[in-house]
Amino acid sequence: MRFVRPLLTGLVILAVWWTASALGAFPTGTVPAPDAVARAFAGEVASGRLLDDAVASLYRVAWGFVTAVVTAVPLGLVIGRSVATRQALLPWVNFFRSLSPIAWIPFAIIWFGIGDPPAIFILFIATFFQLVLATSAAAAGVPKVYYRVAEDMELPPLHVLFRITLPAILPDLVTALRVAIGVAWMVDVAAEMIAVRSGLGYLIMDARNGLRMDLVVSAMIAIGAIGIGLDAVFARLARIQSVRWGFER
Amino acid sequence: MTAATPEPVLELAGVGFDYGPNRVIDALDLTVARGELLVCVGPSGCGKSTLLALLGGHLRPARGTVTRRGNSRTIYQDGGLFPWLTVAENIAGGLPRGLAADAVAAKVADWLGVMRLAESADHYPHQLSGGMRQRVEIARALAAETDVLLMDEPFSALDYQSRLRMRKELVATLAERPRTVVFVTHDIEEAVQLGDRVVVLGARPANVRRVLTLPVARPRTPAAPGVAEAAQAILDELGLA
Repeated sequence: MRFVRPLLTGLVILAVWWTASALGAFPTGTVPAPDAVARAFAGEVASGRLLDDAVASLYRVAWGFVTAVVTAVPLGLVIGRSVATRQALLPWVNFFRSLSPIAWIPFAIIWFGIGDPPAIFILFIATFFQLVLATSAAAAGVPKVYYRVAEDMELPPLHVLFRITLPAILPDLVTALRVAIGVAWMVDVAAEMIAVRSGLGYLIMDARNGLRMDLVVSAMIAIGAIGIGLDAVFARLARIQSVRWGFER
Repeated sequence: MTAATPEPVLELAGVGFDYGPNRVIDALDLTVARGELLVCVGPSGCGKSTLLALLGGHLRPARGTVTRRGNSRTIYQDGGLFPWLTVAENIAGGLPRGLAADAVAAKVADWLGVMRLAESADHYPHQLSGGMRQRVEIARALAAETDVLLMDEPFSALDYQSRLRMRKELVATLAERPRTVVFVTHDIEEAVQLGDRVVVLGARPANVRRVLTLPVARPRTPAAPGVAEAAQAILDELGLA
């Protein structure tokens, strides 16, 4: 039933879409018919262009996401564990988190020119601040009793970081990573609407310019499917033994 | 009852502690002899846990001095175990650092046996009952072979029968492997069954209202001579009679 129910829902959506198209419910050129989308999708797959665009998008998302993780998690740990740093930085983290990544597009182009770097920068911005916030909140919420036990055990500071703080925040961190990869993938479309000539976001822009709404929907389907796949990969992290305790208590 | 040595293991002289403007402990004098099991009872919020944190070195006194001759481990009411480690890993984490792997394995196996936890060695804390979790906490603290054991209402989260069982197990374990213990509780029955001496603390700011010495060796029943009288004296002191 795990797969049957969503498939049935999909079939219902497809049936409504098909019927509405067949009855001429959509003005010409606004919503493509399912069969037109299927043909366009098959053509993109056969030509290899869809795969190339998906790989290009995943490449940029991976760079933006990984650079955000490796910088945001240590900063979040410092903010979470130090009251002074938290007071100094957290309002600014919130300030920048509130800015839409789209607002950074002019700076991305001026600073990084064209190609992958500006898109990666936008993806970095989209995930960095929310990961800092999530990590700092998790680190600040580690029960004090763990640190008292660590004091009794006379653990040195690095041991406390790697043997107490990091394992203690891992379940929250995995949830934050899962949300962040979803946001990064979502923002990728916007990031690829600037300064690049490949990727699923670019495919949507290019197809729109050519009034190929069947291609637009094909790219949307690919983005949604890959999004589900990425979420499934990160959801599996919660099953790792050293993380699972946080979801089973 | 264990014989006291001239030099106390724990010594508080004129100790005071404040949380912001609130005076929690004031002018507290207390000594604990080596091998003694001292129980502290007092009304809720009187500063018993703060007292243990001072004895454990987790807090510094605002006034007076705290002297601890040796190292200590604290056993908490609940939640002191690391939930990302198994029972065996938690106990191993409590061992003195620098031990060889086979020595660690042997000591962990020993404590798993003593605390009847062998079958749960690979379980995580959230997979255990409250009583089993406390046994792991006690095993981890005792395995460290520290001079002092500080116990912060360790059995208060357990049901009545589990509490009775844990008291019995603690008495038996300490008889085999003696330690200096400061045991904080609000359970008067527990206090008079376990303590060599019972310190009755007054309401905040905590100070010593009365010290009772129990005349009978452990294990002792509620019917043992002097136990009921001590319990009554505590109730009188706390105004609960």
